[in-house]
Amino acid sequence: MAMTGVLRPGHVQLRVLDMDASLTHYVERMGLIETARDEQGRVYLKGWDEQDWFSVVLREADEPGMDFMAFKVDSTATLDRLEQGLREFGCKVERIPAGELKHCGERVRFDSPMGHFFELYAEKDFKGNGVGTLNPHPWPEDLKGMKVNRFDHCLLYGDDLDGSVKLFKDVLGFNETEKVMAGPNGDFQIASFLTCGMKAHDIALIRHAEKGKLHHASFLLKSWEEVLHAADIMGRYKIPIDIGPTRHGITRGRTIYFFDPSGNRNETFCDSYDWYPDHPQITWTEDELGGAIFYHNQSLNERFLSVVT
Amino acid sequence: MTFTIQITDSGDSFPCKPNEMLLLAMVRLGRKGIPVGCRNGGCGVCKVHVKSGEYSNGKMSRAHVTEQEEQDGYALACRCQPSSDLVIEVVGKMRKAVHPEQAVVIKTERGE
Ligand code: FES
Ligand SMILES: [Fe+2]
Repeated sequence: MAMTGVLRPGHVQLRVLDMDASLTHYVERMGLIETARDEQGRVYLKGWDEQDWFSVVLREADEPGMDFMAFKVDSTATLDRLEQGLREFGCKVERIPAGELKHCGERVRFDSPMGHFFELYAEKDFKGNGVGTLNPHPWPEDLKGMKVNRFDHCLLYGDDLDGSVKLFKDVLGFNETEKVMAGPNGDFQIASFLTCGMKAHDIALIRHAEKGKLHHASFLLKSWEEVLHAADIMGRYKIPIDIGPTRHGITRGRTIYFFDPSGNRNETFCDSYDWYPDHPQITWTEDELGGAIFYHNQSLNERFLSVVT
Repeated sequence: MTFTIQITDSGDSFPCKPNEMLLLAMVRLGRKGIPVGCRNGGCGVCKVHVKSGEYSNGKMSRAHVTEQEEQDGYALACRCQPSSDLVIEVVGKMRKAVHPEQAVVIKTERGE
């Protein structure tokens, strides 16, 4: 499948309360790799199998949550075209100069109906995945902790779900792979799963009273065995688990959720399905929401649904 | 040595070691009384008001406990270590899950 336009989630900037504790968590326990720091004290990280310089930026602040999530686009021409579309849609758009985030080209930052900030960019320096491109080994040595493969997606909470879904579909060219419908007539959407490529989701959105909230930032593992290994790491280092290991009905992911040292929720997961643009959309109904969210025990969990940063 | 943490709302109490966070002590013993969220000072669901006793606070989200509130005895149970017996009142709560909350959203949006 030819991939054009928006390519993939590129980075997320998370606010943390204590940088040292956060680096122990993200680097030693999850296995992300530190690749840069800047004058503002931000620390840049990447999953081992990512080729670009960074995918996670940590910023120390007095409240946790997400500053912004960014997507990489295929060219500067696409960046210009999408910027125009965002302005026409009514977003507040600003250009952030190359280098404001180290190793990253010019970024187009915009707000969204649910209250989150997103960015698009076309260029980021190449770092490589540590195994090279000539007769590479399948994995690098000395990976730490959960050995997460890469940053995968975010699930975000906010009020104007319809507006944000429209923005991602109509302006940025995402496809909605799955949706959750509620209300007496089943015509009130409460969740949307959107992809810009061939994954079941690159971003997920859930309707919620407050604007601009982070539910989780998710990282890819390659097997159920690795998900169970991640759970062992959480036990060993007393990392608070939210729920899992379990499976989602929605997107079919096999997953475990836990909290970073600032209370931001993380996910490590494996498995899903390949999605092509000619595939039909999946719908979940309110009466089956338990299994849609947690397939094994078929029941909702209050903390998972309501705790956000 | 342990301190006794007494929850006024429910009358429940549980022991907590001097270097242990209140919420973790409660969870470790399978006790109930304070809502349990992120356990790391970010979500605010475990917010308590300390009525009596000495304690110290770790880093916590200022979105949930402002500096003024901290001075007034508000704390997050997951970031709060006792240095004496404590009497606490539960202030935070788990917001309603998607299900009922959405019912409310539906009503508001449709003006019912
Ligand atoms: S449980 Fe989240 S702040 Fe204490
Ligand atoms: Fe997820």
